[in-house]
Amino acid sequence: PGFAPPPSSTGIGPSSYPPTTGAPRPPTMPGPPLPGQTVAGPPTSQPNHISSPPPPSAMSGPHPGPPMSGLHGPLPPTHPPQPGYQMQQNGSFGQVRGPQPNYGGAYPGTPNYGSQPGPPPPPKRLDPDSIPSPIQVIEDDRSNRGSEPFVTGVRGQVPPLVTTNFLVKDQGNASPRYIRCTSYNIPCTSDMAKQSQVPLAAVIKPLATLPPEETLPYLVDHGESGPVRCNRCKAYMCPFMQFIEGGRRFQCCFCSCVTEVPPHYFQHLDHTGKRVDFYDRPELSLGSYEFLATVDYCKNNKFPSPPAFIFMIDVSYNAVKSGLVRLICEELKSLLDYLPREGNMEESAIRVGFVTYNKVLHFYNVKSSLAQPQMMVVSDVADMFVPLLDGFLVNVNESRTVIASLLDQIPEMFADTRETETVFAPVIQAGLEALKEAECAGKLFIFHTSLPIAEAPGKLKNRDDKKLINTDKEKTLFQPQTSFYNNLAKDCVAQGCCVDLFLFPNQYLDVATLGVVPYQTGGSIYKYAYFQLETDQDRFLNDLRRDVQKEVGFDAVMRVRTSTGIRATDFFGAFYMSNTTDVEMAGLDCDKTITVEFKHDDKLSEDTGALLQCALLYTSCAGQRRLRIHNLSLNCCTQLADLYRNCETDTLINYLAKYAYRGVLSSPVKTVRDALINQCAQILACYRKNCASPSSAGQLILPECMKLLPVYLNCVLKSDVLQPGPEVTTDDRAYVRQLVTSMDVAETNVFFYPRLLPLTKADVDSDSLPAAIRNSEERLSKGDIYLLENGLNIFVWVGVNVQQGLIQSLFGVSSFSQISNSLSTLPVLENPFSKKVRSMIDMLQVQRSRYMKLIIVKQEDKLEMLFKHFLVEDKSLSGGASYVDFLCHMHKEIRQLLS
Amino acid sequence: MATYLEFIQQNEERDGVRFSWNVWPSSRLEATRMVVPLACLLTPLKERLDLPPVQYEPVLCSRPTCKAVLNPLCQVDYRAKLWACNFCFQRNQFPPAYAGISEVNQPAELMPQFSTIEYIVQRGPQMPLIFLYVVDTCLEEEDLQALKESLQMSLSLLPADALVGLITFGRMVQVHELSCEGISKSYVFRGTKDLTAKQIQDMLGLSRPAVPIQQGRPLQTPEQPVISSRFLQPVHKIDMNLTDLLGELQRDPWPLRSTGVALSIAVGLLEGTFPNTGARIMLFTGGPPTQGPGMVVGDELKTPIRSWHDIEKDNARFMKKATKHYETLANRTAANGHCIDIYACALDQTGLLEMKCCANLTGGHMVMGDSFNTSLFKQTFQRVFSKGFNGEFRMAFGANLDVKTSRELKIAGAIGPCISLNAKGPCVSENELGIGGTSQWKICSLDPSTTLAIYFEVVNQHNAPIPQGGRGAVQFVTQYQHSSTQKRIRVTTIARNWADAQSQLQHIEAAFDQEAAAVLMARLGVYRAESEEGPDVLRWLDRQLIRLCQKFGQYNKDDPNSFRLSESFSLYPQFMFHLRRSPFLQVFNNSPDESSYYRHHFARQDLTQSLIMIQPILYAYSFHGPPEPVLLDSSSILPDRILLMDTFFQIVIYLGETIAQWQKAGYQDMPEYENFKHLLQAPLDDAQEILQTRFPMPRYIHTEHGGSQARFLLSKVNPSQTHNNLYAWGQESGAPILTDDVSLQVFMDHLKKLAVSSAS
Repeated sequence: PGFAPPPSSTGIGPSSYPPTTGAPRPPTMPGPPLPGQTVAGPPTSQPNHISSPPPPSAMSGPHPGPPMSGLHGPLPPTHPPQPGYQMQQNGSFGQVRGPQPNYGGAYPGTPNYGSQPGPPPPPKRLDPDSIPSPIQVIEDDRSNRGSEPFVTGVRGQVPPLVTTNFLVKDQGNASPRYIRCTSYNIPCTSDMAKQSQVPLAAVIKPLATLPPEETLPYLVDHGESGPVRCNRCKAYMCPFMQFIEGGRRFQCCFCSCVTEVPPHYFQHLDHTGKRVDFYDRPELSLGSYEFLATVDYCKNNKFPSPPAFIFMIDVSYNAVKSGLVRLICEELKSLLDYLPREGNMEESAIRVGFVTYNKVLHFYNVKSSLAQPQMMVVSDVADMFVPLLDGFLVNVNESRTVIASLLDQIPEMFADTRETETVFAPVIQAGLEALKEAECAGKLFIFHTSLPIAEAPGKLKNRDDKKLINTDKEKTLFQPQTSFYNNLAKDCVAQGCCVDLFLFPNQYLDVATLGVVPYQTGGSIYKYAYFQLETDQDRFLNDLRRDVQKEVGFDAVMRVRTSTGIRATDFFGAFYMSNTTDVEMAGLDCDKTITVEFKHDDKLSEDTGALLQCALLYTSCAGQRRLRIHNLSLNCCTQLADLYRNCETDTLINYLAKYAYRGVLSSPVKTVRDALINQCAQILACYRKNCASPSSAGQLILPECMKLLPVYLNCVLKSDVLQPGPEVTTDDRAYVRQLVTSMDVAETNVFFYPRLLPLTKADVDSDSLPAAIRNSEERLSKGDIYLLENGLNIFVWVGVNVQQGLIQSLFGVSSFSQISNSLSTLPVLENPFSKKVRSMIDMLQVQRSRYMKLIIVKQEDKLEMLFKHFLVEDKSLSGGASYVDFLCHMHKEIRQLLS
Repeated sequence: MATYLEFIQQNEERDGVRFSWNVWPSSRLEATRMVVPLACLLTPLKERLDLPPVQYEPVLCSRPTCKAVLNPLCQVDYRAKLWACNFCFQRNQFPPAYAGISEVNQPAELMPQFSTIEYIVQRGPQMPLIFLYVVDTCLEEEDLQALKESLQMSLSLLPADALVGLITFGRMVQVHELSCEGISKSYVFRGTKDLTAKQIQDMLGLSRPAVPIQQGRPLQTPEQPVISSRFLQPVHKIDMNLTDLLGELQRDPWPLRSTGVALSIAVGLLEGTFPNTGARIMLFTGGPPTQGPGMVVGDELKTPIRSWHDIEKDNARFMKKATKHYETLANRTAANGHCIDIYACALDQTGLLEMKCCANLTGGHMVMGDSFNTSLFKQTFQRVFSKGFNGEFRMAFGANLDVKTSRELKIAGAIGPCISLNAKGPCVSENELGIGGTSQWKICSLDPSTTLAIYFEVVNQHNAPIPQGGRGAVQFVTQYQHSSTQKRIRVTTIARNWADAQSQLQHIEAAFDQEAAAVLMARLGVYRAESEEGPDVLRWLDRQLIRLCQKFGQYNKDDPNSFRLSESFSLYPQFMFHLRRSPFLQVFNNSPDESSYYRHHFARQDLTQSLIMIQPILYAYSFHGPPEPVLLDSSSILPDRILLMDTFFQIVIYLGETIAQWQKAGYQDMPEYENFKHLLQAPLDDAQEILQTRFPMPRYIHTEHGGSQARFLLSKVNPSQTHNNLYAWGQESGAPILTDDVSLQVFMDHLKKLAVSSAS
């Protein structure tokens, strides 16, 4: 208090300070009184509190004053400093720079700092360095939480950020790799929840891949009677079940019903009431584990057969001419040896089948006893059926020579094709029928090139119309043009027929419609627009390899059970639901994520907290029926501050993005955007009103855990789906929309706020990545090379003034002008810099579930426009606000709500 | 001309024609009183060793409604170079090529011995013959294997340039593409869905695509053969390929048979690609159609296929629909000039009842056997491709039979493997017998023995004068595609004298051909039996017989013992007796399929074979003398005889009781009883002779007294001795038949009684 800002500051700091990397961090959050701000000299050192410039028009203009920028100190006064609470980093925004002589008294977070200055100051710009920086937050979390393993024993713990590398020790709660929540502290009442507007959601990735250091969920076999479950709510045995009466009964942690312990499961309790075999049984001591399902859990009360993979290749003119057909066939020859296997099995149990098609379908008999494969043409696409049973789905090893012969001959057979029309729905129907006949679940890999205009069910017409953008009819672009595919998807799900779709369009092919079946069956869509063999084959082949090899479960049903008081009410992801509780997926792979929203239907208690149990029933790749159980316990609070202190912005963004992306199906994009802004403003206003210290209305105070909410939200708002630029195609938007719906938190994080790495700053001797920088053009230096990745693309941006030596060592050409921007890979050159960059790129590729397209961008080149689109802190060409502008807008919204 | 018998025989040999009456009653009224209609059996392609075809076009009457062919009966004015049509009396100019014509320089068609003449004409492109195999794969492994071998063997029998195609079916129907190298390719159709010809052609990619005309590239002219050759290939090109393909054929894993759709696709394929070209669709099936259009029985094993009993009770669920399906197909096939053969081999019925029209209307073969793995099937099938004396295949296609009559006659109809071409004209009668209302019929496939019954009506009014010295004339013009793919026209012109039935009845009577009449009446009866109740047909036949006896018998009223028939009628009642008992009219003890099978063959065989079918022949072999024909009577069954019975469908060798005992004792192996060995061998050799020549190959039965298979013999012979009268007869000879059927004796007695009765 009492600190008076320098007259000229008016809460807005100049942004002219060059970013200095490696500068000391601003003080940790509420921390002990800071020693005189000498270290954190810069005016930005007051985190969380940003006062916007009073008049919105005053955003530009000189900023003469010291960079006070109205960013204010850490916690509101209501929160006494909590020394032990180190994880909640404070002040994690704004690059700290050199000492500021003027800054002296700025720190103590005076409430009236940054308030309306008396005289309206000349228009000022908010200093980008003074506003919360994602890079800083990520770095802080990494350094603070990356070293210790995350032990899951404690209820309601907030895990490290997704961007942090950490190990997880399962001690009773599911790893954050499986479940992340928007908040780990849930309001006890629905009123509180409504007041805060913070969505309660969990992002669940049931089959997530674990790093090699962590153990896979144990497989528990409870014998013939199946897993032990609560009699009433059918929750599965888990660490939170309470054994009573000497272990003869247990009380359900979800519904409190008391159930008899089956005799074979009985065990005595020790003096603490714990079962003696507590540590011997994964289902009592771990957060995640699997049960072997009994026949009761199987379709038609029959144990399932091993699943099948069916490869369905478009052999129309485009596919053949582009070399795609040959490429696929060549690749399949070796790829078939890498089908997913269960644990230590010698060979995969998965059977394979092959279909090619244009406007008719060709099935192949590849029975091992045949000398030559046999082709069977089905032209009756209106009424699809499978012409053969025996010999269509085969074991790879047994039919190796026949399959090889087939894959050799397919490209030859269709080399002279002049058929340009294709069908699509019959292809899926064919796969579905084949699986039905074989009585198994499975996956269809469909390689498709064009809008299916041939006369057949599911025939589509070109309805692309950019004029619809920003009209009430825009939503139709995202909706399927016929309900045919929805019904087909339903049938597929019933059979456990998952569809993965690889698209190679040269023009509009209506992803919104073609994607319906893959989307609802838990499959994936891959899209390679204007596919060219030279540039795209690596990416496609890598995607294909990964897609074929990755761990996958079939015929899956997921149910999320919760403590009484809250209830799973909404689900987002690639699946089908026939009722309100069961998420059905024909296939579920290790990358697929389901976001679940919870709502109160009663009160929760602080004592018991809130529990989640996610049970996934699925068929493994060897045909074993299993249940994977993930349990998570959360705290409950009566104070809003506890809620805000235990939130996770990344997860929140994941939820909000999925929510908004679903919204575009039914509402105009503008409505969706406004609703998003409004909800976030309410969240922040609620915090401001109830948790922040009394301060002037002009001051923007953000909860520590949500200080990145504005920047990330802005990224969501200006994403292609919600605010398309002129160069974004309708198919791209539909594609991205569906893609995001299955993304986990890490993927949405980097997708919306891409990672920008200065390559020239990389240490060629270590294998670490250089520190990321913020996504803004002004952070780029003409003399450097940068890498930007968002999970789909990798851009390598080369400044005009980059030293020739660097260019030589990276691109193998002598000058900037000689760099070809049609490269799809970096040349393999034997020098430390090239090696380092390539290994970095390889590392990034490994981290992502899809192989990213590499694009070389030269500064001031045409392609730079594309690149700039990803500099998300800047104003975008399509009208998206810059970070600074958006922050001001949010502030205005919040102020309006508060007043 | 010595006797009518010789006359008849001569005519048959020269013209392939046998009339019921060889002197024609001159008025309508008298003709109807003759009871047996004026009709003939015509074997259009009767093999004539002595008939070299001529290589020019026939000369036609210029009257548009007549167009009769110049023949020996025409009056010719050699000076004026004119000829008068003997049917319409139109005077016609000879064409320029006949300028040199004179009494001594006559063209063949004017010579009396060329009442039958064959022309080879050059018309249209010559198309190779087409053989489309339609093969059931729902067979037992052994059966399938045997069938495959037969099919593979057949490839070597086909004409080298013939086109072959392969369709297989089970639950699905596969149309195999034969042209591709490496990978074998087939188009697959659902077996439950009937498709139109258009759909089939679209799905097979046969419909002419609207090919955008490519700039600077000449249009390929032989488009059609190129397209269709994917499924139909010259046998010499792909016989290896096809042999392999047949070898790799697998049994259908789904036990469902989509015969209806398979045939439909076969028909559609040919319809689109080779209309009006000689083509055989050869269906090989090992059981009844069990799904889709044309299904005859459900796929559940517990439901048996329909029996006569079910049909009478209207319990045959699928019969009407299936029959309709196959009839539609048969009519389409016939319209395209193709034919359908059915080779059905199974122990149970295969749905021939429903499918019979496919073969009946198109002139295709129908073969019924127990298994493809029998010599009956194998040899029969081989015989389809047998060659005649001149090395030509004994098959012809797409025949068009045109019948012309002189004014006093009209055409009432035809019965045989043909369809009507609906050619109305002045010589078409309003009264139909068989397939009538036309003077032209199409016979899609025929062989040298294919025989049609053609019925006429005398229309001359009773009081109109008999044409002075005029003779009634009939001309048969058969245009067809010879197996050598040549187009040929065979013309037969015959004439018979008119006679006034009141004054010259004895002439007419003497010229009665009772064999032809029996067969012609039998055809009418069988034709009726297809649509009418069995007892009604029998009653009709009986009535006709009684009327005939009344008309031509000599008797005193109400005195049966005075009844006599002249020689030319003497056998007729006996034929009728056996016909009444024959499987063509009696369904008892026969399945509906068997009845259809028997009737199919009866309606197409020539007179000799037809008579054998009506009244089987029985030969006896004994030590008492050379082999001799004996009465088809139970009294012929003696212990010391070997009997050989030929029923056309079966060859039965029956060892009498004593002979059988001798054989068991092994006398035939003892040198001193070599004559016994010869006796045993003699009927075997004779049977072989019959087996060698007959199509379809008869069932060969070797049995003995008391053997279970002896029933084949016992059911045929006239039951003169039964359990009812055995002791009354008190004779040792003969074998009693355990039946309540009336014997010929009883039948005749009854017939006489009715014939002489003044009441009727």
